[in-house]
Amino acid sequence: MSWFAILVLAAGAYFFKLAGVLVGNRITNDLVQRSVSLIPPALFCALIALQTFERDTELVIDARVSGLVVAAVATWRRVPFVGVIVLAMIATAMTRWFAGT
Amino acid sequence: MTASTHRRDSVVLGAAIGLVAVTFGVLASTAGLSLVKAMALSLLVFTGASQFAAVGVIGSGGSPISAVGGALLLAARNSLYGMRLSERLSAAGWKRIPGAQFVIDESTAMSVAQSDEVAASEAFWWTGASIYLFWNAGTVIGVLVGDRIGDPNVWGLDAAFAASFVALLGPHLSSAPGRVAGLLGAAIAIVAVPFTPAGAPILLASLAIGPALLVDSRRSENRAS
Repeated sequence: MSWFAILVLAAGAYFFKLAGVLVGNRITNDLVQRSVSLIPPALFCALIALQTFERDTELVIDARVSGLVVAAVATWRRVPFVGVIVLAMIATAMTRWFAGT
Repeated sequence: MTASTHRRDSVVLGAAIGLVAVTFGVLASTAGLSLVKAMALSLLVFTGASQFAAVGVIGSGGSPISAVGGALLLAARNSLYGMRLSERLSAAGWKRIPGAQFVIDESTAMSVAQSDEVAASEAFWWTGASIYLFWNAGTVIGVLVGDRIGDPNVWGLDAAFAASFVALLGPHLSSAPGRVAGLLGAAIAIVAVPFTPAGAPILLASLAIGPALLVDSRRSENRAS
């Protein structure tokens, strides 16, 4: 990867971040404001789904699913943040170990 | 959450994501990147999914244009996060210009999960700084250690990111519009995976906001009548 490619990517990535930050609080339209407030649930649920079922732009079901289920149950049972992450990792690692995949 | 919880959680999240950065460092080194170049990506690009995508394309012999293009598509969602965090960051004045570098999945999630404004602002800066430190330290370790550590996913590391987001999701799903946005967003992203390039499914998921808005306005109509 050339230095030129790295710097283009760095400039582009920072531009996206800064543009959102600078444009966002100029929005006074109520409908747009309500849309913006719904960005986190839409994108975070999509991220969770992709992180669990996507592998190299294909859909797969593997050990990560057990991690997701354990994370959901642990959150529901009000396990502290670090516990949710550790339990999900243990579940995924154990499933992977037992299934041998 | 109490005052100290979000600080501790931001450090915990940073440490977990730092382990993911070790994976990135290993991948970058396997793809032929020098230590300095891998560090440049983590310091300057600092958005995990884009870095993995770029290095993945280079590693499999793809062109720099498709590597940068795909990575930028993945980075575009940070604009939406920036818009969401904008009002909160405007209090920081000029500091939001360098602070924008911290606008990523994790800092947004941790910030919008807080119930009061002071904690939300602090959660953004703490999580951003914590992940920046751990992410860059992890990258260096990954490149130096190389592939000697084997596959880190044996330890279930690839479940850490999704699990942390599940833990932060609660407040968003407490309202009907939030639930509609979440369920539809996940469904759209999954359906889009086989047909679109990496990065597109997550952007398409924002279309879920439309139906969620309808639910939102129907509810406010009901309250008004």
